[in-house]
Amino acid sequence: MSLLNYISMMRFELFALGVIIFLLLVKIFSEKLNTSFILGLINFSLVVLLAASFIGHPHGSVFGGMFLNDGTIILEKQIITFATLLIFLQANFWLKKQENCLEFCLLLFSVLIGMYFLVSSGNFLMFYLGLEMATIPLAALAAFEFGRMRSAEAAGKMILSSAFSSAILLFGLSLIYGTTGSLDFNEVSLVFSSSSALQLFTLAFVFVGFAFKISIVPFHLWTADVYEGSPVAVTSFLSVVSKGASLFIFMTVLYRVFPIAQETWVHILVLLSAITMTIGNLFAMRQTNIKRFLAFSSITQAGYILIGVTSASALSMASVIYFILIYTFSNICAFTVVSIIANRNGKEDIGDYKGLYKTNPLLSIAMMLAVFSLAGIPPTAGFFGKLFLLTSGASAGLIVLLIIASLNMVVSLYYYLRIVKAMFVDKNENPVEKISTDVSAKAVLVICIAGILVIGFISFVFEYIHSLSFGI
Amino acid sequence: MNLSFFILIPLLTLIGIMLVNGKTARVVAFVGSLLQLGLAIFLLFAYMQERGTGNVSSVLFEETHPWFSQWNINYHIGVDGISIAMILLTSVVLVGGVLVSWKMEYQPKEFFFLLVLLATGAFGFFISLDLFTQFFFFELAVVPKYLLISVWGSGKKEYAAMKLVLMLMGGSSLVLISILGVYYYSAVGGVVTFDLQKLAALGFSHEIQMFLFPMMFVGFGVLSALFPFHTWAPDGHSSAPTAASMFLAGISMKLGGYGCLRVAMVLFPEAAHEYAPYIIILACIGILYGALVTVKQHDIKMMNAYSSVSHCGFVILGIAMMTKTAIVGAVLQMVSHGVMTALFFAVIGMMYERTHTRMGDQMGGLLKVMPFIGTVFIIAGLTSLGLPGFSGFVAEMTVFVGAFQVQDLFHRSATIVATMSLVVTAVYILRAVGISLWGPIKNKEFELLPDATWNEKLAAIILIASIIIIGTMPFWISDMIAKTTETLFSAVIK
Repeated sequence: MSLLNYISMMRFELFALGVIIFLLLVKIFSEKLNTSFILGLINFSLVVLLAASFIGHPHGSVFGGMFLNDGTIILEKQIITFATLLIFLQANFWLKKQENCLEFCLLLFSVLIGMYFLVSSGNFLMFYLGLEMATIPLAALAAFEFGRMRSAEAAGKMILSSAFSSAILLFGLSLIYGTTGSLDFNEVSLVFSSSSALQLFTLAFVFVGFAFKISIVPFHLWTADVYEGSPVAVTSFLSVVSKGASLFIFMTVLYRVFPIAQETWVHILVLLSAITMTIGNLFAMRQTNIKRFLAFSSITQAGYILIGVTSASALSMASVIYFILIYTFSNICAFTVVSIIANRNGKEDIGDYKGLYKTNPLLSIAMMLAVFSLAGIPPTAGFFGKLFLLTSGASAGLIVLLIIASLNMVVSLYYYLRIVKAMFVDKNENPVEKISTDVSAKAVLVICIAGILVIGFISFVFEYIHSLSFGI
Repeated sequence: MNLSFFILIPLLTLIGIMLVNGKTARVVAFVGSLLQLGLAIFLLFAYMQERGTGNVSSVLFEETHPWFSQWNINYHIGVDGISIAMILLTSVVLVGGVLVSWKMEYQPKEFFFLLVLLATGAFGFFISLDLFTQFFFFELAVVPKYLLISVWGSGKKEYAAMKLVLMLMGGSSLVLISILGVYYYSAVGGVVTFDLQKLAALGFSHEIQMFLFPMMFVGFGVLSALFPFHTWAPDGHSSAPTAASMFLAGISMKLGGYGCLRVAMVLFPEAAHEYAPYIIILACIGILYGALVTVKQHDIKMMNAYSSVSHCGFVILGIAMMTKTAIVGAVLQMVSHGVMTALFFAVIGMMYERTHTRMGDQMGGLLKVMPFIGTVFIIAGLTSLGLPGFSGFVAEMTVFVGAFQVQDLFHRSATIVATMSLVVTAVYILRAVGISLWGPIKNKEFELLPDATWNEKLAAIILIASIIIIGTMPFWISDMIAKTTETLFSAVIK
């Protein structure tokens, strides 16, 4: 394979590497930083990368099957990159004020490179490397606001829980290596048998590892605290990019490596899915802090997504990726509103949103659309995302799970409407004053609202995703 | 005739409302709703003409576009006699609702936006023939109600709004489960589809029907206040602002009835037969219970809200009796009750705006101060108790005649129980008219109250005209419905 092919194939990773090196050099050689210029440059280069990612179809594998690339993987990387771009834009106002703006970008790009490797991995070794690369800088990011105790606490919780889950995952991987003699996805899938108790045992460990990353009940306990303590930009990254990438590789591993044990993991997943959405819902109802609230709502969403993962057909995989895309728009939209308000006056309680429509109608409408999309109410895209997940569940005949899921959706509507009620109905004597939103955050809101309103109706998006998906 | 206009016009109206400022929104909404009414009447004539030329296919003006072809989801629309009746009802009530809220002071732009959004959902629901598309519009017509009630409502509005939305969404989640079940079993049968006609032709096995029918029927039934899932209706109706009450009782409850009839019964005819006795019992309880509770109400808006529960019971009763006449009666009752209740809520809203009370016993002698409003109130009341000449009589009579055609003790006694409610209706209607309109003027301040303004008069006249048209010459509409009933429910009719 020629050098050009390598470059073409690993363009995302090389790009992230290039940015990291560039930022390091800037840090070393420049005395006084022009942060807005650097941030602008990063945003611009992310746009260029997104555009470049549509050129050519560099499918195949390198490093002896360690690193794979195909249409689905590129799509997932595009979604990750796009979400990162949105998060950079969203955080622009906040980042400019930070002393350590450069370090933030550095760490975020290290996470990004880890995610790229994670998504592309074709071997458990690469998979583990990617996972760790994506996690440890993220914990540093969670601690980014040194001054706040909460931030440090969040980072501590995150690093401990992820170390714990990594240990379990590693143990599972070592068992896989011990019983099959390989770590390569394809080779493992050939040798793996569902009759061997030890091998099925490894499945449980791998599941636990993933469950931590996707924050599936009962491995969700870190989520709310970390979401609440981290800066909003990091929280959005955690809830959108990190979760999306982990879900994607989770599907890949299940469908590519463990198709033989499908009967076993379907049962586990149905159970986990039912518990996750119910517990997430019950906890979300009682939250007063909006970031904690969104944390539990994202746990519930993970429960819905598991329906699609369980169904294991090309259509269901397409629905999961489609849902992740829609979820990206809606969640980033919600977090952008949260960050705009929190940056100006530090208000993060749902009670502070009372009467928001009187002073900031556009922010309220953006928040309402985001929340409706999360609740799956037409005409927002969330409706389509959720119905497709349920329909894929119906095609697989998971009727009981569907009943639980649709009842949960009614329950979830109650707390999503609480936010809408606070903004539109409740009276407040001193509401959040009128905020003049900065241009980049406005751009994010416009992009997200357009996504929320349009993606559902344009069947082209779903068709495109479906053409790249695979199942068992 | 291109049916997509029924969705396009409200959409354009919505965009128009977004673009204009403040109170101009009402003009846009009014023009949009008038256009829609004109289109509905045009559709009626086009339909009649097409039928006149001998076109006997069950659905006319069909249109299919693939939407999500991987799931076999199509944008499939078409109309038959029943949906045309519903479309006419929706457009009449919409015009009435916009006119009644003409003087809306508080955030008029948002108010009209949500009202037209609800109407978009209703129109889409009535014309779609694909379960997915239909469900999309169905849910579209639920959630805006939350904002309408909790922002512009009165009384314990937040509680009522939340209760209403959660109960309706609970119903819609049952509908969703049954739709997904239908999809799954159609896939097992080899035809993966959401298409209503194809699914009806498929014919599900007995067990599947017995499993899915109750979910779908109860799910839609929640919307049409099927006992014991009616509790959202009194709270919701009485707390909602006038136009929203009109819409809620006039159209939303009919979404439920239409779904029970046009979706659940068409898909699961066998199960419908087996479950019919239970449904009849529930309907009878609802009719009688609703009427008796109404007698206890002093709040006239609450009175009409409970009487809606009773009247919608007739719809369910007619559907479950499963004779041709009874089903035609049920559809007529949907239309008649829709217009009547919209008129009632409109006039109650007018009285409340002037007297600032909804308690019947605090009013009195209002007919002297506001003759127009008083007369409209009386007309609405008389329609509600089924006086010949008004639509209520035609509809209820058809239901009773149809119900009595089933010759066995159970059905006959159920019919008799249901008719007993008419006496109770007379009690509460006549009493409400008596204490609020006749007699001496109890409150001196009421002597100076103004009568209806032009917009209120126009709204009332449009609604009364529809009531009288159906009441005096019902055959054009009942024939249209009867023909559709014959073709659609050949498997069900006894």
